[in-house]
Amino acid sequence: MSLVNDGAELAGPDRAETLRLSEAQVGDYFALMKPRVMSLVVYTALVGLIVAPGHVHPIIGFTAIVCIAVGAGAAGALNMWYDADIDAIMTRTSRRPIPAGRIQPGDALGFGVTLATGSVFVLGLLVNWAAAGLLAFTIFFYVVIYTIWLKRSTPQSIVIGGAAGAFPPMIGWASATGGIGIEAVALFLVIFVWTPPHFWALSLTRTGDYAKAGIPMLPVVAGAEETRRQILRYTLVLLPVGVSPWLIGHAGAIYAAVALAGGAMMVALAWRVRHQRGAPADRAAKHLFAFSILYLVLVFTALLVEGLGAAFSRAVA
Amino acid sequence: MDERSPEDGIVLTDEQKRRRRARSIAIALALGALALLFYAVTIVKLGPGVLNRPL
Repeated sequence: MSLVNDGAELAGPDRAETLRLSEAQVGDYFALMKPRVMSLVVYTALVGLIVAPGHVHPIIGFTAIVCIAVGAGAAGALNMWYDADIDAIMTRTSRRPIPAGRIQPGDALGFGVTLATGSVFVLGLLVNWAAAGLLAFTIFFYVVIYTIWLKRSTPQSIVIGGAAGAFPPMIGWASATGGIGIEAVALFLVIFVWTPPHFWALSLTRTGDYAKAGIPMLPVVAGAEETRRQILRYTLVLLPVGVSPWLIGHAGAIYAAVALAGGAMMVALAWRVRHQRGAPADRAAKHLFAFSILYLVLVFTALLVEGLGAAFSRAVA
Repeated sequence: MDERSPEDGIVLTDEQKRRRRARSIAIALALGALALLFYAVTIVKLGPGVLNRPL
């Protein structure tokens, strides 16, 4: 991190005008790591690690989760570095540290690259290289494939880019087992199919913002009607995919009940989004967006409860 | 009027100094935590074997 911004002149009588000394606070760098996104990443990775077969020493498990959290934060920082121009245009993102002028772009880039490199190598050295490889690929996918390539070029960026957010439980699983199982793929698919209705529900209420910034989000390119149709389609796919961990024998009855009830609720809310218009449609989209977060937390909590229950039973036996 | 001469170089305000100090402390804490993490994982992975090496 440099003290002054790029191109600053270090001497001369006009230095007061040409220099901008860094006034970034620690909290600004923390905000650069997208803590809310990071919390979901940490939670899903933790569940992947705990429900994986075998035993992981708590210190090794803690190390894996810290590395995944820092890696996710690095990806967030690099995303904010590249997207600073469009973040400045959109109301929702205009107060982020770079567009608000609290952190210089070069500082954010250095911060992101340092954390990304550090998290991958520490995960590899202290846990295993399979998990580290997956973490490196996830950061690459989010920053290069999603942020730099797809986000500004296709409305399908949300679908394809959703893979980046779906990898964490797989990384958690790989941290515990050193590999990838069909169960980890099922967890990946749950988040992968969940992502489009989650983000498109949000984008329905922010269409003007995305259009102003020139981002080809589905409602901007194909219209609200098509977006509502796609939301319902993906939610109908999410219902069986959400139950799939139980279908393949990886999860128990608690999980099946939660995934079925939550999936049915998602479909019901998506149905409302599809068929309402005007202000009620906006409300329906907001409800779907809010419930989609709860859905993901609930299904992963059900898995966690079952996983901890099984571990406790093994310990007692 | 600015009373500083060019020879003074960059002069930080008190607020800038306070924030730089806070950033420095955060970096120090992160490095300390990393050192502790490496120590703990070394003990977990090697156990008592960490002392068992030819001198």
